[in-house]
Amino acid sequence: MATLSVCQAPCGGFSFDYCRRNVLLEAELAKLERSVPAARKTGTTICGVVYKDGVVLGADTRATEGMVVADKNCSKIHYISPNIYCCGAGTAADTEMTTQIISSNLELHSLSTGRLPRVATANRMLKQMLFRYQGYIGAALVLGGVDCLGPHLYSIYPHGSTDKLPYVTMGSGSLAAMAVFEDRYKPDMEEEEAKQLVRDAIAAGIFNDLGSGSNIDVCVITKGKVDYLRPHDEPNKKGTRAGSYRYKQGTTGILTKAVTPLDLEVVEETVQTMDTS
Amino acid sequence: MNTRGLRSQLKDSVPVAGLCTQAGSYGVQDPLRKGFSSVKNELLPSHPLELSEKNFHLNQDKMNFSTLRNIQGLHAPLKLQMEYRATRQIQRLPFLQSSNIALDTLRGNDESIGFEDVLNDPAQSEVMGDPHMMMEYKLGLL
Repeated sequence: MATLSVCQAPCGGFSFDYCRRNVLLEAELAKLERSVPAARKTGTTICGVVYKDGVVLGADTRATEGMVVADKNCSKIHYISPNIYCCGAGTAADTEMTTQIISSNLELHSLSTGRLPRVATANRMLKQMLFRYQGYIGAALVLGGVDCLGPHLYSIYPHGSTDKLPYVTMGSGSLAAMAVFEDRYKPDMEEEEAKQLVRDAIAAGIFNDLGSGSNIDVCVITKGKVDYLRPHDEPNKKGTRAGSYRYKQGTTGILTKAVTPLDLEVVEETVQTMDTS
Repeated sequence: MNTRGLRSQLKDSVPVAGLCTQAGSYGVQDPLRKGFSSVKNELLPSHPLELSEKNFHLNQDKMNFSTLRNIQGLHAPLKLQMEYRATRQIQRLPFLQSSNIALDTLRGNDESIGFEDVLNDPAQSEVMGDPHMMMEYKLGLL
């Protein structure tokens, strides 16, 4: 194998070496009627809304792996910079790595310019990266923040298209959440009103979509202040048992008893001192 | 003078159109060095992104230089390319990892992080190319 690396200079990044092997493996598994293990998706409801002083982002907390819930309390609102946060839907690893890379790039950029980063910069970086990979990175994001020009909210699709809107929803529960927004959104709301609206939109996604569930996380971003409320609301708390259901000792009657002693002889005895100093 | 040395350097700067990177002597790939080859593997990429990723930096550079030529005239990209070529020559021997600081600073890579820094970092790879073979390839003796 060492000889194969003579001709090309080693480069980092994605390696497509295993693609052919994976295709063959899938064909083999299909013959045995089994399927390849599914990637962990977030099957989500995420949303954001612009209000009078800033932006409110909301997300549910369920991560699914096929038809099974993989994580009952995962965090979908990712940090990008002190004034910018991003909710991620789609493949969990993709959203996590993408937001971390963009967060690092934005930090380097803001150190280079000496200014607080702008939401439009984060948006541009994200869309250029997602377009480069032609949608193979499955990350649908809701990006919101407050910068020198005011509050901004963007939605970014896995193929790299973006929309700048006053209220956005993404994920499998996006239709349920959007229905709530379309009914009750007003421009220039107050903070409590906006938080209640986001909470209700995420709750609609949680109760009407199988891919979303558990708690509601909310992140309120204003100029100079970020309130990360995790959890903001727990509509799916696990119930507590009303009484004790243990059986008393002696409930089952003993009919017969047979005792067999095991005679073990000591062959060797060693003592190993622990280093407790 | 043996011109194969120059050829191996030039080949690395030509965009890879197909997947068959080189035909050895006699016009086919040398199975001892490159393993068994199949026509399908050479014609079709194993992933739709493979070709575009292989040529990504070359294409970006081409685009940037042509825009620069249209805006600022011929000399601007010429001078930049001269600087790139100069910094690309500051390298260690081929089997060792070079830091490429000057090249990275010129490109602006010192202020950005991408997947090539996180995944498959060549500085952390477990295998190393055979030093003798890599030197022979570089000098065109192979």
